[in-house]
Amino acid sequence: MTREIHRKTPEELLREVQAEEAAAGKGHLKIFLGYASGVGKSFRMLDEARRRRERGQDVVVGVVQPQVSPEVEALLRKLEVIPLKAVGLGTAVDVDRLIRRHPAICIIDGLAYDNPPGARNPTRWQDVQDLVDARIKVIGSINIQYIAELREQVEAITGKRVAQTVPLSFIKAADEIEIVDASAEEPLERSPEQQVDAQKREQQLSKLRELALLLAADVVDQQLSDYLERHGIRQDFGTQERILVCMTPRANIQEMIDTARIIADRFHGELIVAYVNQPEISPDDQATLQEKLAIARTAGARIEILDGEDPVDTLLEFARSRGITQLFIGHSQRAGIWPRIRGNPVDRLIRLSRGMDVRVFPH
Amino acid sequence: MAEQQRGKLKIFMGYAAGVGKTYQMLEEAHELRSRGVDIVIGYLEPHGRKDTIAKAEGLEIVPRKKIDYRGSQFEEMDTDAILARHPRVCVVDELPHTNVPGSDRVKRWADVEVLRDAGIDVLTTMNIQHLESLNDQVRHITGIRVRETIPDWVVRQASEVVMVDLTPRALLHRLERGVVYGPEKAQQALQNFFRESSLVALRELTLREAASEVEHRIGSEGTRAAAEEPIPRQQRKHHKILVLVTADPKTAMVIRRARRVSDFLGAECFAVAIQPSGDLSDVPEAEREAIEKHLNFARNLHIETRILEGADAASLLIDFARRNEVTQIFVTRPTGRVWLPLLSKDPVQRIINRAKDMQIVIVSDREPVAR
Repeated sequence: MTREIHRKTPEELLREVQAEEAAAGKGHLKIFLGYASGVGKSFRMLDEARRRRERGQDVVVGVVQPQVSPEVEALLRKLEVIPLKAVGLGTAVDVDRLIRRHPAICIIDGLAYDNPPGARNPTRWQDVQDLVDARIKVIGSINIQYIAELREQVEAITGKRVAQTVPLSFIKAADEIEIVDASAEEPLERSPEQQVDAQKREQQLSKLRELALLLAADVVDQQLSDYLERHGIRQDFGTQERILVCMTPRANIQEMIDTARIIADRFHGELIVAYVNQPEISPDDQATLQEKLAIARTAGARIEILDGEDPVDTLLEFARSRGITQLFIGHSQRAGIWPRIRGNPVDRLIRLSRGMDVRVFPH
Repeated sequence: MAEQQRGKLKIFMGYAAGVGKTYQMLEEAHELRSRGVDIVIGYLEPHGRKDTIAKAEGLEIVPRKKIDYRGSQFEEMDTDAILARHPRVCVVDELPHTNVPGSDRVKRWADVEVLRDAGIDVLTTMNIQHLESLNDQVRHITGIRVRETIPDWVVRQASEVVMVDLTPRALLHRLERGVVYGPEKAQQALQNFFRESSLVALRELTLREAASEVEHRIGSEGTRAAAEEPIPRQQRKHHKILVLVTADPKTAMVIRRARRVSDFLGAECFAVAIQPSGDLSDVPEAEREAIEKHLNFARNLHIETRILEGADAASLLIDFARRNEVTQIFVTRPTGRVWLPLLSKDPVQRIINRAKDMQIVIVSDREPVAR
């Protein structure tokens, strides 16, 4: 899930900025992200609504969860609530009425609901989209298990599959996302499912919690790189570890990849393997290279084949453009097939790679 | 004497002042109190924030201790009074705080250790920029060298680390409305930590740190390993990390980085300094002091240190590494000239040239981002 969020090309960013400009004057979406029910999303959201109302903002509640705690109940008494609309046998958010009422801010607690047939939209998140398009600021909440793309990962943790989901793109497109974190023991006390073995449940909750934190970190990372690009700041902040393994046919690739994989996993980082095309490469070297690239692919690394006159310059240019924080090279590169006219490649990489750690591997 | 259970530590971690750490901690304090838990406030720093002050109402406060220093009076947490009162749980705001000289302990986190030794659970707050191993990265992001730091092992010991989140936009609004600081300090803050880019970066750092803290407590079988292809067991090599300690000021940075990597890898970590045998008069005093300072710094981060004696620093270090089955050596960037690396006398360059049977990590400078 996390690895597919990549740094964007300038073209992609340009398109995004244009899209942003087009969207200017539209509403605004803020999402509270939680990892389980009971972590306090509803309270946090409605507490924000209360504070905004006290500051004189026009806030209404479009929908709250069917069961609420006494604290949330107390907050709701201070707020204007627009009742749900009956549709067939069920209910849905009364989008038409909300648009007519046109508050500055609308609270939608729980984004992952399918609407009954006959409603304005098939799902609630599409209702939210309509409200945002009508220039209403929406504050919503969701648990990660209801994000479509995370369903399998969540199922692997909990053994349960949820039916109603929201696409990840909808979450990522939110203007603001805020995580509601709490210890893994807390929701347990509030949950009615006391039958489940408590320790196992706590373990599951911890894993869901980690998943939620990492998802938020990835969204924030994207926001950060967008911000830096927009403001013309080229330097990377190194908030996420990104490892670049420099591949040659002679490299001790197994050890490099094993170490890189472990470090990338432990730091929740990204792993890229790059090879700079060489003009005169023997058939033997070519065959070894393919084997080694296959090892890298199996380990889940992204492979990049680069072209450039000088391998050191090419690699460093690539590393800087991707915000690499750790560069892995082999001692073998010393006696390798790279041109040595400008000095030993290993020493040059060490000296020129400002802002990145360099890890030199044994033969 | 009966063996006493050590008190638990829960940290509310934020990415900047004003995100609501203290508020959330007090909310939890009230919840515990309503469940009948004996809880007191040992130290609270409301910074004149009205919501926070209101939140503290109804909670018992242990009065602070007054300490005279250079003609002024300062107030610190009264650790002895809390020990005498002996609650089940104690609220201690701002864990990274440095006590005024004349206090029993230099750091508040050391006071918290004392409370926990007495079996008292502690709820506390801190911001990510005070975590020692991230010091260089935080400087890289904000341009500021944070002086009040907490060794990583203190945070790792916590039974829970909870992230207190707020979007940078909301935080900036709070700052503008004067909720966080007075007008003068707010202006100052906007120049450095509260630049939007810095806030976004610090926030990401905090989210990742909180995720690692969760993973650390689950154990090595994290979410990713469970959900995606796991790494075969036999590939999990045991790592041992060795840091070369020299007088070079960049050594502190290398120590921090090595500490962080070894924590994440679950590896052992040593720091080794090398000095000429016998006669030390050749070594300038400033250099000896710098090395001693770096060794102390390593010890504070719970890194075992050694001093080796001999003339050839590179050979000594490599031999030591081989004898102790070290797999990675962490060093600063060599300072010698680029065109004569093989003839260099710089020990770092010589280690790179000669220790070809282990991984060598050359730790980079992380200079503040140019604006």
